[in-house]
This record gives sequence, structure tokens and C-alpha cells, in this order.
Amino acid sequence: MRRLLRLLEPFLGLLLVVAFFYAIPPHLGVSLTDLRTMLVQTVIVGIAAFGMTLVIVSGGIDLSVGSAIALSSVAAAMVLRAGHSVWLALPVALVTGAACGLYNGLLITLLRLPPFIATLGTLGFYRGAAKWISGSVPVNAPTHGLEHWVRPAPDPPWLVFAPGVWLMLGLAVLLAGVLRYTILGRHALAIGSNEATARLSGIRVPRTKVLIYALAGLLTGLAGVMQFARLTQGDPTVAIGLELDVIAAVVIGGGSLSGGQGSMAGTLAGAFLMAYLRNRCTALGWPNYVQEMIVGHIIILAVALDQWRIRRQER
Amino acid sequence: MSAPRLEMHGLVRRFGATAALQGVDLSVQAGEVHALLGENGAGKSTLMKILAGALRADAGSMRLDGAAYAPSGPLAARAAGVAIVYQELNLAPHLTVEENLVLGVEQHTLGVIRSRRWRARVIEVLQRLHRPEIRPEIPVRKLSPAARQLVEIARALLADARVLILDEPTSSLGLADTEHLFQLVRALAARGVSVIYISHFLEEVRAVADRYTVLRDGRSVGAGALAQTGTSRLVEQMVGRKLEEMFPRVEHAPGAPILEVESLAGRRLPASASFTLHRGEILGIAGLVGAGRSELLRALFGLEPVRRGAVRIGTAAARPGPAWRLRQGVGLLSEDRKLEGLALSRSVEDNLLLSDLGRYARLGWLRRRHMRAATTEWMQRLGVKARSPEQRAGELSGGNQQKLALARLLHHDVDVLLLDEPTRGVDVASKAQIYQLIGALAARGKAVLMVSSYTPELLGVCDRIAVMHRGRLGPARPAAEWSEAAILEAAASGKGIAA
Repeated sequence: MRRLLRLLEPFLGLLLVVAFFYAIPPHLGVSLTDLRTMLVQTVIVGIAAFGMTLVIVSGGIDLSVGSAIALSSVAAAMVLRAGHSVWLALPVALVTGAACGLYNGLLITLLRLPPFIATLGTLGFYRGAAKWISGSVPVNAPTHGLEHWVRPAPDPPWLVFAPGVWLMLGLAVLLAGVLRYTILGRHALAIGSNEATARLSGIRVPRTKVLIYALAGLLTGLAGVMQFARLTQGDPTVAIGLELDVIAAVVIGGGSLSGGQGSMAGTLAGAFLMAYLRNRCTALGWPNYVQEMIVGHIIILAVALDQWRIRRQER
Repeated sequence: MSAPRLEMHGLVRRFGATAALQGVDLSVQAGEVHALLGENGAGKSTLMKILAGALRADAGSMRLDGAAYAPSGPLAARAAGVAIVYQELNLAPHLTVEENLVLGVEQHTLGVIRSRRWRARVIEVLQRLHRPEIRPEIPVRKLSPAARQLVEIARALLADARVLILDEPTSSLGLADTEHLFQLVRALAARGVSVIYISHFLEEVRAVADRYTVLRDGRSVGAGALAQTGTSRLVEQMVGRKLEEMFPRVEHAPGAPILEVESLAGRRLPASASFTLHRGEILGIAGLVGAGRSELLRALFGLEPVRRGAVRIGTAAARPGPAWRLRQGVGLLSEDRKLEGLALSRSVEDNLLLSDLGRYARLGWLRRRHMRAATTEWMQRLGVKARSPEQRAGELSGGNQQKLALARLLHHDVDVLLLDEPTRGVDVASKAQIYQLIGALAARGKAVLMVSSYTPELLGVCDRIAVMHRGRLGPARPAAEWSEAAILEAAASGKGIAA
């Protein structure tokens, strides 16, 4: 029973929110159409949050994801506008994202900056870069069917959910494996849990950190492609403040901001919880500001819970 | 005699301007348990970090089984067969026992960990600890400090070491675990492993080690067979002077009671403590780590909740919370300078005046000139060596940091000083100064309650000593009625302490 509860812990918040919206009148259930929409709305935040999970369990933080998403979506759009195929645009976007992450990682390890400061700086830098290469206007480009990746109703219909959703779910499984069963994942957790120990155990801490940020950047680049698919244009001013949603998804999913703890399943649940909340508020006709106020307190609750857990363990 | 397993010659290591090691020689045979002795700050930990690859030496050479040895990092040292158990716990609390054991040496295929490769070894090594509750799949944070210490030792065992370094391995272990550890160490030595054993406890060292080397102020000042060397000789080599010079006494006489504690119990610890402390008296509290001594001081200072019992300060009942205690004239010197005692990133002046800034304020504005004058005066009075009052506290040596923390209590002019390990991590010369200072305080009518794990200092400084065992404080008796052995026995077995 206890074990089951621990397994369910990252999903408890989600279950509570679902129960809440079912409990209050008009007792909204979830139809397949609703679920499709919510899942599609989870994709961008979800994929970026997988990378953020790696960063946060290693004791870091990345505030630049929103800007990096905008930059890589603009990059993809410009490649497509120049007449190239998706098969060039996709790698360009991924490399752009990975380069952003790599730069973050190098700043943090070589200049020994606190991650918060380093990525606060690059938050502005990547946003500026996106505006610079796009000339500060949205880049319209042929989509080559990319938009189908995030259409709630998929084509062909037997897919049930949009391809982007399947991609996200596949990545969740893959990255959960990376976190649990690879050296990189184990070392990320060790660094977040006790960096001095990791160093004394012969782990090359700086190299591992750079790898983690670059890998997170790669995922951010993919989220950028999804962002392009959603808007069907590369907008340099998109995803402002999205980093907060991404971080919130990780934290709601049980990731500890002091490092050492977090899971991909939890992060996925956290990202979905926020999409669910937004969707329900809209369905109930609640204004946008109510959503924002609720989401804010869900984050506060999640972190308070995390702190309480830490204190309990320390006894 | 065959070539030694390990030879260190002329090792030098500097940190900025201070030389932690200035020419250390050490030689250890295969299958030998070698005790490395020395005061805090003598350079033992630095030396062992160099041996384990965590630090590089600035000069000097090392040979391992005759071959030149200069590890490029911890991993290289481990590969060469040198394993270390550090004094401070070095485990990742969120990872499991098994994950911690193989951290840094995971077997893998294309980056995917193959946990079965180590499984059999992990289980074998854990069995040798004789603690069945330490299972491979338990997260380390769920284990007791003693069990964690054993996990660290298991980590070194897993490496199949030729040289095993144990740095104060028993500081958080109980008697039974200590005995298991000794058996383990002897078994390893019988199999040809060289063990370097660092400890303060001379009895413990005699029980397990064959030969010794003493470090003082970064130099090796003595070596030989333990069986042929008396304890007083060892101590003299460690401190560099005769024992009586270590504990300068300042004459003082007890006066009226100022702190009366009646059956005090905290949430978890202490279980029960009663005593009376007088003005002009130094009362020492001995006991093992985890017996509840720090918790007693913290409860007295209002940092830990009090479940039962009464505390009277002077004639008034104590009110809850540290702010009130300070007003009532009670001050605490924390055992943890770095985390609790000092604001390391702030200046000497900020730290010194922090608890009583109101004295320098007019209408809420601080008067810098008055503050500077007071700081300079207090630094002189206690001999705090710093470049200026503006130097950051974190840059001072351990001894000066401790004097600074003491200076804050004195600046606040408290009547009752609760001192938790007042000489931990302090060099020998500063220790003697701190003892002198404590004596002088008593002579001025202050009352001192002092917790220490260093028994000679309790015997040398205190008027009366009480021993704590599993949260219960025994009766306070004059220091002259105690011996080091009697204190250790009471601390370990609870003899003479009502259950």
C-alpha cells in the first residue's frame, strides 16, 4: 500500500485537480476530444520540461528555455522559407537548441556562474538573437505538413492522438530510462544530491553538467519545432515566460529545486496538470486571470510540499 | 624488510599563503595498520587527500609498491588501489546504497548501466559489515549516521584496495559497530591490505594499529611502533609541549547559582537533564556523539522545543526563544561555525556586533565610527587575527573564527555561556588561548557550560564534569574525581547514570 502510494505520489496533484473539476458543478467529465486537445497543449511544455528535469535533478536551473524555444522555432522557419525541406529544418532547430544548452553549460562550468544567473543572462541573449535573425517580425514559411504533428484530431485517425503527443510520450519513456539506467542519469542525480561526493567519486562534474545542459537544449530545440508547427510561423516573441510553466511542470511532478530528486513521469503529469487546468478554466468560462492565480498557487503548494518532505526526511 | 607498500617523501602543499604540509615523510608496509596521529589542523586530512588523488602536492614524491605514484584524480587513485573513507560523510543521500557503492565506477554498455555486474560484489561487501538492515536498494538518506559511515567503508572495500585510508571512522559509530570495524580492519590487514588509520582516540589507535606517525603543523615529527611508545610521549609529540602547558589555569571560585535546570526533556533529546550552574564555574559535559549534548545546549538556548522540565536563569523562569535568552544573559556558541555560528561571507565587524547592534544605533541609523572602535577593541582583547575589521569571516583560520564567535558572546555581555565544542577545528596554540579565555571569564564571575568530545580538555579546563548517555545526564562531579577512562566508560555504558 505504501509502495503504491509512493508510486502514485507524482500523480496525486493531477488526481486532486481532476477530482476537483469533476466535483464542482457542472461536473465536467473529460471527452476524447477534450483529452486530445489537452494532450496537444501539453506537448511544447512537456518536451522542454523533460530537459528541465535533467537540469533540475542535477541541482541546476534553466531560465532561458522560453527564449531558446523562440530562437529554434525561428531558425526552423527560416530554413523552410529558404526553400529547404523539413529534413534540414528539423536538425537545424535541434542543433540551435543544443547550442543554446551547450552555451549555458559552458558559462556555468567555465565561468563558474550560478545557473540562475547564467541562464538569466542567456534568456535575454537568445531572445535578442531570435529577433535579430528574423528582423523582429514573424517568419512565415511553408509548413510541409508539420502542423499535423500538433492537430488534436490526427490524420490518419487510427493514431487516436496527434503524432506530437506520441512523440512526447515516447520521449518520456526514453528519458525516464536515461535518468534511471544510464551513467549520465545516475551522475546527474549524484551531482544534484551531493556535488562534493560526486567530485570525490571521480565523476567529471563539469563535463557531466555541460552534457546535461546540452541534452536539455536539444529537447528545447525539439519543443521549438513543435512551437513552429503550432503557430505555422516562426515568431521571435513567442513563449515569453514559458520557462516558468516548464519549471512548474517539473516541480509539480515532484522534482526538487535543491536537486537529487525528480522523475520524467512526474514531470509529464505536471505538464499535463497545467494544460488540464487551463482547458477546464476555459471550458467553465473562467477568465484568464483566474487561471493564472490558480496556477501560481499550485506551484506554491507543490514547492511547500517538497520542503515539507525534505524536513520530514531530515528528522 | 621488503620494500614498503607506500612511501611518501618530502610532501609539501600550500593553500594561498599558508603551508598545510611542509615536508611530510610516511612509510607503510603491506599488511600493516598504520596510525596517523595529530591535532586538528596538523595536516592529516590534506596529506590523505593527496594520497587519494583529491589534491596535488606542490613538491615531494610518492611510491606505491616501488613504482612512482602521482594520481591525476580520485578515479586514478582508486584504479591504483588506494581507497579512502573521508571523515565527513560523502554519500549522495538520494541514491541507494548500491548506487552509492558503485558511484564513479559503474559498469556500462553504451552509457547504459549494467547493475548486475557489481551485484554479487556489493552483496558480499555488505555482508562483511554485519548489519543486515543495510540493504542495497535502500536510499542512503533513510540510514542512521552510523550505518552511513559503514556504507562509506563498504565503498572502500568494493574497490579492492591495496591501501585503505580511514579518516576518523568511528566518530559516529557505537561500541558494537566500532568492534566490528576493528575486526574488519584486522581481517583486511591479514590479507595484505595496508590500512592508514586516522584518529584522535589514542586507546582506539592502540587497539587496532601496529605503528604510528605523528604530524604537527604540517611536518612529520615522530614515528615508531605503538607498543614501545607511551601515551604521554605520543601526546607530547602531537601537541609539541608538555600537557600542563596545554591547559593554562586561571584561578576562579564558584559563587551564587545562575542557571538551574530541573528534569529537562526535549522533543527527542535530551531525555532528562538536571544540574545547577554557578557564577564563576566551568561545568563540562562529556558523552558520545548523538548522546544529546548539543540538543541540551540548544534546548537551554531556546532553539529546540522543551517538552518537560524547568529552567531558571538567575531568579526568573526562562522564556522561550533565543532572542529572550540573549536578553536574559544566556549565549550559545554553536558547534558548527560554518553553517550556524558565523555569517562567513560577512565581515569580522558584522559578525562581532551582530547580536547587539542596537547599542550603536541612533534613531535606527548605525554609527559606523563607534562600531569600528568597538570591533578593534574586541579583536585586540581576544587576539582575533584579521587584516582589518572588514575582512570576511570566512577567510580567517579556524582558531580565529572561533575566537570571533566567542567575542560576539562576550560583546553581548552574557552571564551564562553555552559552549558547544569550543575548540573543534582549532589549532593547538589557539586552543590554549581559548582555554585561558574560558578561565578568565569564570574568574570574572561568568558561568560556563561546555560540551566537548575531547576528554583531556574537559579534565584540564572544567571544575565539574557530568556525563551524558542516551539523552540522560549523570550527576556532576568535581573534575579531580574523574579520569579519562572513567569518563569514556560512563559515556559508552551509561554507568552511574540513572535510567
